[in-house]
This record gives sequence, C-alpha cells and structure tokens, in this order.
Amino acid sequence: MARLDSLDRQLIDLYQRGLPVCERPFAAMAERLEASEDQVIRRLERLQSSGVLSRVGPVFDHARAGASLLAAVAAPEPARDAVAEAINRAPGVNHNYLREHDFNLWFVMTAPDEAVLEARLDALEAELEREILRLPMLEGFHIDLGFPIPWHELEAP
Amino acid sequence: MNARQPALACAEPLAERRLRALVEQGLPLVPRPWQALAEQCGLSEAQVMACMARWQAEGLVKRLGLVVRHRALGIAANAMVVWDVPDAEVAELGRRLAAEPAVTLCYRRPRRLPRWPYNLFCMIHGTRRERVLAALDAIIEGHALQAIPHRVLFSLKAYRQRGGRYTAEERP
Repeated sequence: MARLDSLDRQLIDLYQRGLPVCERPFAAMAERLEASEDQVIRRLERLQSSGVLSRVGPVFDHARAGASLLAAVAAPEPARDAVAEAINRAPGVNHNYLREHDFNLWFVMTAPDEAVLEARLDALEAELEREILRLPMLEGFHIDLGFPIPWHELEAP
Repeated sequence: MNARQPALACAEPLAERRLRALVEQGLPLVPRPWQALAEQCGLSEAQVMACMARWQAEGLVKRLGLVVRHRALGIAANAMVVWDVPDAEVAELGRRLAAEPAVTLCYRRPRRLPRWPYNLFCMIHGTRRERVLAALDAIIEGHALQAIPHRVLFSLKAYRQRGGRYTAEERP
C-alpha cells in the first residue's frame, strides 16, 4: 500500500465527510490541520493519483439520486471474465465484484430513472443469455459516515 | 424546514443538472473548487455552494469528502453477508446490525425464490478475512442469530469500483 504520513491519515480520518462548503475549502481544512492550503491540495492530488482516493466530492444517495440496483449473475469458469467484461461495458455499471457464490458476479447498475434501468438490465440479460438476479434496495438501515480506517492493523506485519 | 422538501429550487435546473454530472466525478483540486465548477456549468460560485448545501440538507448527498478505495489502503477483505430473516423481524434486525461498528452498509432487499432466499444484506470490511469472520462471529453471538441462515460472500476481485453516476451523460 501507499505510504501515508500523519497528514494523509488525518485528512482521511477527518474528511470522509464534512468537507467544508466555503469558498476555499482546502484552506479551511489546512487551518484545522496546521498545514498550508497548497500542502492539502498536493496531498489530495497524490492520494488520488496513487489510487487511495477515488475522488474528493459528494456521495449521492442511491435511492434518491436516480435509480440503482444490485444485481448478480452466475457465470462459472471459463466464461467468467468475458461475462464480467460485458457487464462493465453495459451503461451505468459502477461496481462489479467477483464473489464466492454460484452467483459470482455482483454489480451495481445505475440509471437516470427506473425505466432506463430496467431497459438496460433487459438488454444486458439478452446479451449475456443468463438470468440477472435483480435486488433493489427496499430499505436502508445504515447511515454512510465513511469508514474508520484501522491504521494499527494495516501496520501489523 | 422539512429536510425532505426540495428547498429553494435552483434558479437554473439545467445548470444544476450539469453541476451534478460534473461534481459526481469529483471536485477539481484547486483553491476555489466551487468557482471552477461554477465556470464549467454556468452558475455563480455562490449558487454552486448553495446547491451543495441544499443537496446535503435534503439528503440527496449523503456525505461530502474523501472517497477512499479500501483495497488500495490494504483493507482487502470485504464480505457481503446475506441473511434469510423472517419478514416480520427483518427491519428490526436490520437496524440492530446497522448499529454494529463492523457493519459498513445494511440493506433489506427482496428474495428471489427459489434461487435466492436472502432478504437482509450487510457489508463487513476488514484488513484480513480472519478478522472479518471474527467480527461476524461476534455479531452472531451478540445478537443470538445462530438460527438465522446466512451466507458469507467474500469478494475475490474487483472488476470495477467507482462512484455512482446517475446523470444521463455519464459515459465518456
């Protein structure tokens, strides 16, 4: 993993949420961290380019920001990678994981609205010639506060 | 104000949609990111900041900040734990599991019988598989869930991991 110093860690610990909405948010963060605005910006750039951050910005509520759905397909070897690539090519797919189950490919598809989402899933199902398990969220119990990083465990040998 | 009511609608709905499409890709890392976004979508900096504040107040934006890729940090074990809970109990158990520090997401979803009997989903992230399984054991013990059928689906590979893009002009 990328080497992260205390400024990097503080940024991650303090600002997975609550990034200030003011004219110069990175200056406001820098003040709290006793760093300079320029330092904060360069750290964020580096964390982003090294892949530690996917971005700095808003996380939209799936249920309200449009339509989205968790879906699964059973694609045993040797078809698995080709099916995963076909899923990635479909519009609106933002997560796609291989998991330990007969339904082994799990992806999230998003769309501007339900009708477009259903049409995209129908098209993908026809292309794959495999059943797509459609598992919309019916109720969310968790508030997304970001995830506390267990730094001590990451350092364990 | 009721947080679920759309407050002060943005004067420029089209510009607001452009803003959303842009900001979904992340903030520009410059001293005045809202100003930079404003220039790209035809709003003022103040309008962009007002939009962001309103989206947060309404709950359209759940959080605003650093979006971490857990895998890149070494938090490589990611288990989706699925449970087959009696319908009458699922909401209550969902709330209890969501309150567990180890649980990072918790949702109720439909069963798809006969092939998929599970109606409650939660995610547990950790540095190592054994730690995730130990956290799960503690949850089963603590909530007396021994009789609730469950499966643990560790992820083996990420074919794609990125933020949601909901606006129509999403694919380059």
